[in-house]
Amino acid sequence: MNEILLQIDGKEITAGEGQTVLEAAQGAGISIPTLCHHEKLVPYGGCRLCIVEAGSGNSSKLVVSCVYPVERNLVVKTHSEKIDRIRKTILELFLAHAPNSAELQRMAQEYGADKNRFEKEASFCIHCGLCVRYCAEVKKLNAVGFIDRGIRKEISFIPEIASKECHDCMECFPLCPTSWLQAAFVLTEGLAFSADSLQDPSKE
Amino acid sequence: MTRLTTPQELEKIRKDIISKRNPDKHCITLCCGSACIASGSEEVGAGIEVEIENQGLIDEVEIRKTGCHGFCERGPIIVNHPDKTSYLHIKPEDVSEIVSQAVNGKKIIDRLLYTDPETDEKIIHESEIPFYKHQKRLVFGSNGSIDPKSINDYLAINGYSAVSKVLSGMTPEDVLDEVKKSELRGRGGGGFPAGIKWEGTRNAEEEIKYVIVNADEGDPGAYMDRALLEGNPHSVLEGLIIGAYAIGSHEGYIYVRQEYPLAVENINLAIRQAEEYGLLGKNILGSGFDFFVKVHQGAGAFVCGESTALMTALEGRVGEPRPKYVRSNIKGLWDKPSVLNNVETWANVPLIINKGADWYTQIGTESSKGTKIFSLVGKITNTGLVEVPMGMTLRDIIYKIGGGIPEGKKFKAVQTGGPSGGCIPGDQLDLPVGFDELTQAGSMMGSGGMIVMDEDTCMVDVARYFINFLTDESCGKCVPCREGLRQMNKILTNITEGKGKEGDIELLEVLSETAAEASLCALGKSAPNPFMSTLQYFRDEYEAHIKDKKCPSLYCKEMINYYIDPEKCNACMICFKKCPVNAIDGEKKKIHIIDQEKCTNCGTCFEVCPERFDAVKKLSGEPLPSPVPEEERMITR
Repeated sequence: MNEILLQIDGKEITAGEGQTVLEAAQGAGISIPTLCHHEKLVPYGGCRLCIVEAGSGNSSKLVVSCVYPVERNLVVKTHSEKIDRIRKTILELFLAHAPNSAELQRMAQEYGADKNRFEKEASFCIHCGLCVRYCAEVKKLNAVGFIDRGIRKEISFIPEIASKECHDCMECFPLCPTSWLQAAFVLTEGLAFSADSLQDPSKE
Repeated sequence: MTRLTTPQELEKIRKDIISKRNPDKHCITLCCGSACIASGSEEVGAGIEVEIENQGLIDEVEIRKTGCHGFCERGPIIVNHPDKTSYLHIKPEDVSEIVSQAVNGKKIIDRLLYTDPETDEKIIHESEIPFYKHQKRLVFGSNGSIDPKSINDYLAINGYSAVSKVLSGMTPEDVLDEVKKSELRGRGGGGFPAGIKWEGTRNAEEEIKYVIVNADEGDPGAYMDRALLEGNPHSVLEGLIIGAYAIGSHEGYIYVRQEYPLAVENINLAIRQAEEYGLLGKNILGSGFDFFVKVHQGAGAFVCGESTALMTALEGRVGEPRPKYVRSNIKGLWDKPSVLNNVETWANVPLIINKGADWYTQIGTESSKGTKIFSLVGKITNTGLVEVPMGMTLRDIIYKIGGGIPEGKKFKAVQTGGPSGGCIPGDQLDLPVGFDELTQAGSMMGSGGMIVMDEDTCMVDVARYFINFLTDESCGKCVPCREGLRQMNKILTNITEGKGKEGDIELLEVLSETAAEASLCALGKSAPNPFMSTLQYFRDEYEAHIKDKKCPSLYCKEMINYYIDPEKCNACMICFKKCPVNAIDGEKKKIHIIDQEKCTNCGTCFEVCPERFDAVKKLSGEPLPSPVPEEERMITR
């Protein structure tokens, strides 16, 4: 693999071609906040917390480091007033959904995010997609998926698959940053996986 | 149909088609675009066919059902050829007269002609109607004269001559150079130079490359791409073939929204006809160049008009955008180099090839060449599709072509660029339209939506409307767009309902920055524009809503009260009877009073109060005058 030389926060770093800026930074021990990122999963670029400034020469732009490929002589800044302001706002938007999530609170403290800045939203899910992508990419089961679009988007278990697979797995549980997943699962289990509803109507 | 195997055969068949046509035969062209169909042109068309037969005129008169002419406000539209008499607002009962008039050209039906509102003069020819006179209809012009379902009609107007020219005498590099020299910029929104996009794909090393037509037009009020695809599908196809040849692609896709059934039908038919003539498929016109096209119907997501979301949807996955750090002309559909251009961009290509880049660059401004089709809608006298040279001022488009604001109202703003565009105020009406000019004014070209607003439009509500639309259409993948817009929508809704708070503007600004800087795709990045541009030019309206709880345009329902002026009320009982919630107290000769507790602000009383009394008023941000004492309510005047 070709080696690529770049600079992150003033530090000269060597990365492999095809690596992302986030991977390069992590490899060099530079921390960039992430939420929807997971090393076993294809980068998603959904939460946008890992936003950094990247450029070469005199021009630079804001890019999302988990999906931005390293380039020769790229100069990356992982913090600036603007970057931190954007991260703070993103965290505040998340906190409107899950004000008590420990993971969010830890980051909120770092960025001075106010959990009461925005009107609260009923759902705890912040649509990071970790459960959905983990189930699809790592477990190759697709027992949980997204339904609907935009602000009506939700995660949902597919009863036919979940009833067979989930009891022995539950690997997505600890991935969830807001603990909503467990609630969803338990609720779905209660409502949909009851013995009655799973009976094959043809056998009745 | 015979498959054509050489450019000479194409020219021969073109000659045959033209020679079989009698230029003196009367031809009634009837607009059958979607807008005219909605106004009844199908009934009119059926009526004409019956009349031609009944009057025994089959040999003398023919009917041609064309695509959209553009003057949708006055549809259904008929233009009689060869004398080019233009009739507007046709109803089925006019048909018999029109058919008999067609053979006796001198007897013109006055009542169906356009009347110039200023001079009251009747105008006979389409080209002299101000709406058309000031346009430059290079791309859109053929719509009114050809039947989109007939490839022979397209061939008769020199169709596919650009493909023939390219395949018989130009190398792909020649074509690329010509398009680059023309400085054609993408008509779909971004305004990216088409030639440079094509070149990137041409130079990419991959064997397989794709060309794509983006016909997922979704901006509210915009329908120029639909009109082109419905009215002249072969011109889009011809552009696509030329593009494919230039970049070395053998497979193309047309992504068209399923909500455009006529466009889907006509483009599919056009593809079939082109295949039968050998203008698509293997070895086109004997050149050795193969090219195949498929139509894909979008399932109705606005975000799929975004190029990467469109490609993801074409791949059969959920239509969500993906990061564009490697451009799609290098890594696009199925990770292959792909050129995606919008309908209108492709339709410009045959024109450039036929007439040359030197001719093309004479039209337009320094940085925007050629013409642009705009969908002129809203509070405008002449609603419709207009094609103008780049560089025409907004004032000329709105007043000379659009005929100004109806009902003597004052102009307030024009919203350009679709939902993510911006609102441009009256003091900038002399702005020439062009990609960079509109961006500098805080708006954008977008795909060419142009919504005119009058003094009764509340600009805060306009921002709320568009942000609400975009909230609904966000795919939900990234947070700044999904959550940011959700919160912006709530705050804007609160402001228009009189619940705005100090600090709301600042909060909206922070959310705008986050969405603009951190969103994944162009939808999110440009979504704050409706707020940002209205704040830039109409900040006083925001402040009036928040601080004075007043909607200066008297539009926001929750912020107005209806009030009957006792001096003007004639106790006519009309509003009393029409009020749906019985909120009006009164009787004959007794001044009417609105019970504010019962009133639901529906505005019925305001609408029904006779103009000569003009007694019902809207009030906002001011206390209601105390009601007339009971003993003074009887009218003695």
